Amino acid sequence: MAFTREEMRRLIGRHKIKDMGFELLGLVVMLLSLLVLFALFGQLAIDGAARINPDFFDSFPSRRAGSAGILSAWVGSLLVMLVTALAAVPVGVAAGVYLEEYARKGKMADLIEINVTNLAGVPSIIYGLLALGLLVYQFGLGESVLTAGLTLGMMILPIVIVSTREAIRAVPQSIREASYGLGASQWQTVRYHVLPYSSAGILTGVIIGLSRAIGETAPIITIGALTFIAFLPPPPITGTPPFVNFDWLFSPFTVMPIQMFNWISRPDADFHTNAAAAGVVLVVMTLLMNATAIWLRYRARQRIKW
Amino acid sequence: MTDVASVAAPAGGSLKRRKLPGNRRWQRSRERVIEGVLFVCALSAVAITAAIIGVLLYESSTFFERVSLWTFLTDTQWTPLFENPRYGILPLVSGTVTTSAVALLVAIPLGTITAIYLSEFARPRVREVVKPILELISGVPTVVFGYFALLFVTPMLQKLIPGLPGFNLLGPGIVIGIMIVPYISSLSEDAMRAVPMHLREASYGMGASRFQTAVRVVVPAATSGIVASYILAISRAVGETMVVAIAAGQQPNLTFDPTESAATITAFIVQVAMGDLPHGSIGYQSIFAAGLTLLLMTLVFNLLGHWARKRFREAY
Repeated sequence: MAFTREEMRRLIGRHKIKDMGFELLGLVVMLLSLLVLFALFGQLAIDGAARINPDFFDSFPSRRAGSAGILSAWVGSLLVMLVTALAAVPVGVAAGVYLEEYARKGKMADLIEINVTNLAGVPSIIYGLLALGLLVYQFGLGESVLTAGLTLGMMILPIVIVSTREAIRAVPQSIREASYGLGASQWQTVRYHVLPYSSAGILTGVIIGLSRAIGETAPIITIGALTFIAFLPPPPITGTPPFVNFDWLFSPFTVMPIQMFNWISRPDADFHTNAAAAGVVLVVMTLLMNATAIWLRYRARQRIKW
Repeated sequence: MTDVASVAAPAGGSLKRRKLPGNRRWQRSRERVIEGVLFVCALSAVAITAAIIGVLLYESSTFFERVSLWTFLTDTQWTPLFENPRYGILPLVSGTVTTSAVALLVAIPLGTITAIYLSEFARPRVREVVKPILELISGVPTVVFGYFALLFVTPMLQKLIPGLPGFNLLGPGIVIGIMIVPYISSLSEDAMRAVPMHLREASYGMGASRFQTAVRVVVPAATSGIVASYILAISRAVGETMVVAIAAGQQPNLTFDPTESAATITAFIVQVAMGDLPHGSIGYQSIFAAGLTLLLMTLVFNLLGHWARKRFREAY
């Protein structure tokens, strides 16, 4: 096929216009979705701004919207996160270490891998049903901080396992060989070399997992957590011996997203202001956690050059 | 720890050398115990899967003793909490399918175009700024998106569509769509960036434009990753709970019309869990049957994703 110079030029021109057209479309679409999100968050902040003051953090929920606060909610979130972290981090990191460093290729390793991938795709509400059937009724843990913490712990386990594996995989083989060459055992190699060098990556995964857990509502509703809690769980540390108290584990509780959901579902618009304020706190909290995680990952990449 | 370390250290004295055999035996059993503990932790993933399937099957089995599977799958009414309960899952499934369809209609075009733009057209600086922002957005709690759906998007839609009820499937669907755009754009972009440079260079060398290269070379080569990102997005949309529980309504309704109000599977589970149904009642068991349906739906999509990744994988 032969083109004259004129036809060629026109063809190229047409394609250039198409290129530019798509580039423009892409830019507009990307900015559109970002703008919509920023507009929504902006509106949320404007709606909630009136209620964000120290009293809001220092008051219990109340029947009157103006004096209701999130004290029991944020304390509850904190305690639940503590249980979640204590449950998910050791188990998840250990599982990641096993799969990367110990597991021999075979049916067992495949089975575990398939399960981890599938668990990551299970909707969060299913974990709530699991907790309702197993923890609340079979184990008799009730609708407690412990149940909620373990539920969310199971939910974020795949996240912790996957990020641990990725972090460990980034440690070069030569480090392990050097360690073995000095006579270290497998566990010593893992304990003194592999884990310390991958700790930033693991921490990133843990923070992302916890930020998922702190905003998660569905599984907590499913285990039947109460929404009107105008008291705090007993403090974990007491002034009298034995100084540590585990009653808080079995205490009823509420968490931030539940409190927000409760306020949204009320028809009274004043409570919607409270919901917006709680939403702002929740968004800021998760954004801070995620930003920390992204920053940590960035810094680890900058600092370690193998 | 110190005695083990001395074994590891080659500079041990004669005294330590004599101690070696005993230490080594101890160390070996210690290694084995540690490996065992790690293995048990890894097995926890299998245990959780088994527990999920076990609990759902066990609780639903008592449900299906009272309600036949045929009724469950074909009855067009879902009213387990009424005087004359009917147990047909279809109305809940239709609500779930409708919101997910709306969400995908929003998310697939937006997400795909964003991904192509970021991967093939945008300058690296833009990508470096936008990608972390997208990651941050996918971390925002879904209950916040529920607030958006009920109090911002639905009132806005009511101005455009007169007679739209306060609870409807359209608003939550759109919001879920916006919510899952980051999944699609981020994962598809990763897949497109993984396409080797020499394919693009060959395409440019043949005189193709950037748009032609993107659409005819890069996207086909990255199909497995792109399809996998769609399927992840579908399974997110199907399992999404809070947005629909807040903004879609509580009344099961066999409809595929997004302007109507209808409950989804997840919204129904939330609604029942918020009330106080006695343990062991059929209403209580019905949420496990609904949960099992949901799990099977997402499982089908996850398997499809697995298959798509294998089927469309291009090896270079």
